[in-house]
Amino acid sequence: MLSRRNPQLNSHGELIHLLSVEGLPKAVLTQILDTAGTFLSVNDREVKKVPLLRGKSIFNLFFENSTRTRTTFEIAAKRLSADVINLDIARSSTAKGESLLDTIANLSAMHADMFVVRHSESGAPYLIAQHCAPHVHVINAGDGRHAHPTQGLLDVYTIRHYKKDFANLRVAIVGDIVHSRVARSDIHALSTLGVAEIRAVGPKTLVPNDLREMGVHVFHDMKEGVRDCDVIIMLRLQNERMSGGMLPSASEYYKSYGLTEEKLALAKSDCIVMHPGPINRGVEIDSQVADGRHSVILPQVTFGIAVRMAVMSIIAGNEA
Amino acid sequence: MKILIKGGRLIDPATGRDEVGDVAIATGRIVGLGKVPADFAADREIDARGHVVAPGLVDLAARLREPGHEHEGMLESELSAAAAGGVTSLVCLPDTDPPLDEPGLVEMLKFRARKLSRARLFPLGALTRGLAGSVLTEMVELTEAGCVGFGQAEVPMADTQLLLRALQYASTHGYTVWLRPQDAALGKGVAASGAVATRLGLSGVPVAAETIALHTIFELVRATGARVHLCRLSSAAGVEIVRRAKADGLAITADVSINSLHLTDVDIGYFNPAMRLTPPLRQGRDRDALRAALADGTIDALVSDHTPVDVDAKTLPFGEAEPGATGLELLLSLTLKWGQERGLSLANTLARVTCDPVRVLGDALGSLSSSAGRLVEGGVADLCVLDPEAQWRVLPEALKSQGKYTPFGYADTGMALPGQVQATLVAGTVAYQRQATG
Repeated sequence: MLSRRNPQLNSHGELIHLLSVEGLPKAVLTQILDTAGTFLSVNDREVKKVPLLRGKSIFNLFFENSTRTRTTFEIAAKRLSADVINLDIARSSTAKGESLLDTIANLSAMHADMFVVRHSESGAPYLIAQHCAPHVHVINAGDGRHAHPTQGLLDVYTIRHYKKDFANLRVAIVGDIVHSRVARSDIHALSTLGVAEIRAVGPKTLVPNDLREMGVHVFHDMKEGVRDCDVIIMLRLQNERMSGGMLPSASEYYKSYGLTEEKLALAKSDCIVMHPGPINRGVEIDSQVADGRHSVILPQVTFGIAVRMAVMSIIAGNEA
Repeated sequence: MKILIKGGRLIDPATGRDEVGDVAIATGRIVGLGKVPADFAADREIDARGHVVAPGLVDLAARLREPGHEHEGMLESELSAAAAGGVTSLVCLPDTDPPLDEPGLVEMLKFRARKLSRARLFPLGALTRGLAGSVLTEMVELTEAGCVGFGQAEVPMADTQLLLRALQYASTHGYTVWLRPQDAALGKGVAASGAVATRLGLSGVPVAAETIALHTIFELVRATGARVHLCRLSSAAGVEIVRRAKADGLAITADVSINSLHLTDVDIGYFNPAMRLTPPLRQGRDRDALRAALADGTIDALVSDHTPVDVDAKTLPFGEAEPGATGLELLLSLTLKWGQERGLSLANTLARVTCDPVRVLGDALGSLSSSAGRLVEGGVADLCVLDPEAQWRVLPEALKSQGKYTPFGYADTGMALPGQVQATLVAGTVAYQRQATG
């Protein structure tokens, strides 16, 4: 079969949508991270605004609820001086039976310039990018289990901030990898940027061997998995995983895979601990670790705004 | 109407006959094959010089979407698609709305198809009422109404006890049960388990969904002596189990779809909903095993798995899109493509869509079973005249089927397909003739 051009890039190889980290060249990732660096200072100003997207309308289309992610996109857009419209579609039009593409067509008619999309089905932002008007840009804010590219980018931004270079790093991602769009985006970003070793750590129900095909080393023993790591990324354990057939209980999960001071001591002494939030204290991470000196969980949030500003400003400047 | 097909290369896959000659047709039957009686006065002549005259294709799996899904396909458009694809007999699945679980529905379908006289229609009846998997259907009455076997289409039998009883009951009357081997609980994903599904974050259907179902079916076949046809195998491991079961002498036959024969999960690309299919596309090693098994006879027949899906049901995120692709008009070309790629003779290639599927249907075809899918003097004149050298591009909007979604569209693949139907005859009547283009 003939493979079509990567739908995120225009014919010059420039980013027009951000749908997945997979398939993006290293140069594009570096451009986003460098641009984010220049936006960090905006966040420290008294007037936290730059006029880059003045007059542009950015629609937050959240087909699946997430107040936190939506808020970070909203802040990023407003700091770029864009007009932001939040639509909680999970509770409005689709509940009335309107199809996804009809919703998109209607919003396009309102002269949207950018859609920030969160959807429970893997691949939904691709469908939207294919069917919206050519001047509209799409940012994937999380689709099913597939991708959460801005989270992946802010994670590598954080790692670069603390570790400077990716080449010799050993990174462990711990928890529910199989259902995690964050983990997939992290894995693609880390491989593209050339880290030495990516590990996936968790029980076989959440870390199946198939993951090896994404270029990760699979560990089912937490202590072995975090040993000598430079970075530990803990994933949130969703409530539905704790009560289903995946795990017997939250407390048993914590016993085997919760990040405690004791397990963290096996990693390198300057290891950083990350988490996409919101954290479950006492389920995947001990409070002492979450609040401890290795934790960079709050700086991640700050960097996240700058990274989202970078993505929005870059794609808005490129034409299909 | 007396018809004379002149100067074609006559290929009968059943006997391996391959020679140039004429075919004379009168009152729906072949009255002269090779040499035609000198006094034969044809009302109509078809010039087949440079073309192949073969038995009409027999497709063991096509959905016509009637009753219930008339917006997605109608008997008329889909039977026209069959004729345009050289298909003269087809088995339609019971997953209509309502399902084919009542003799009245089956009689109505047969009656309407007969009136259209484009292709012969052989319905499969539902094995259980409403395909719900709890109560057996009236198989004797459904058979009298025209059903050639019983199945569950895509709805797996979760209750093994009922499956056992269904096989016992069907075998009491000598009916064949058609089952797509898929475990109910393991088969809930939207793509085949593996690297692609993992990468794209799509829920997976493991190979074990097929192999566990096959093992269950074979144990029940051993216990009951029922005859089972396995629909649309998808995995290398499944093929191996079927091969061993056949070697053990079990009364089973099997088919594979054109999609699984030519595609893999990599073709899903960027969530292309045209690749949302059941069974899901598996990996390269599975496709290779299916291709080999079709060649060595472990798999008996190649089917179109024709499923017209309308645009609203396909322009959805991959996991929500309705599975299925149009196939009746592609069956011949994708059969020839497989045969060419394996270096098989035309006769051997065409056997998988002519005499072999007729063998699968067996006695259920009644008097047709001795000549359908073959070129026999005195037999029914169900014929396909085709140009095996012609290359064509699949342009979905030009298809006769109302289903426009196909993984083989030229815009997606950039490939032309071999083999074009010139004319299709059903019971000695021209059901399709290709218009000459300038």
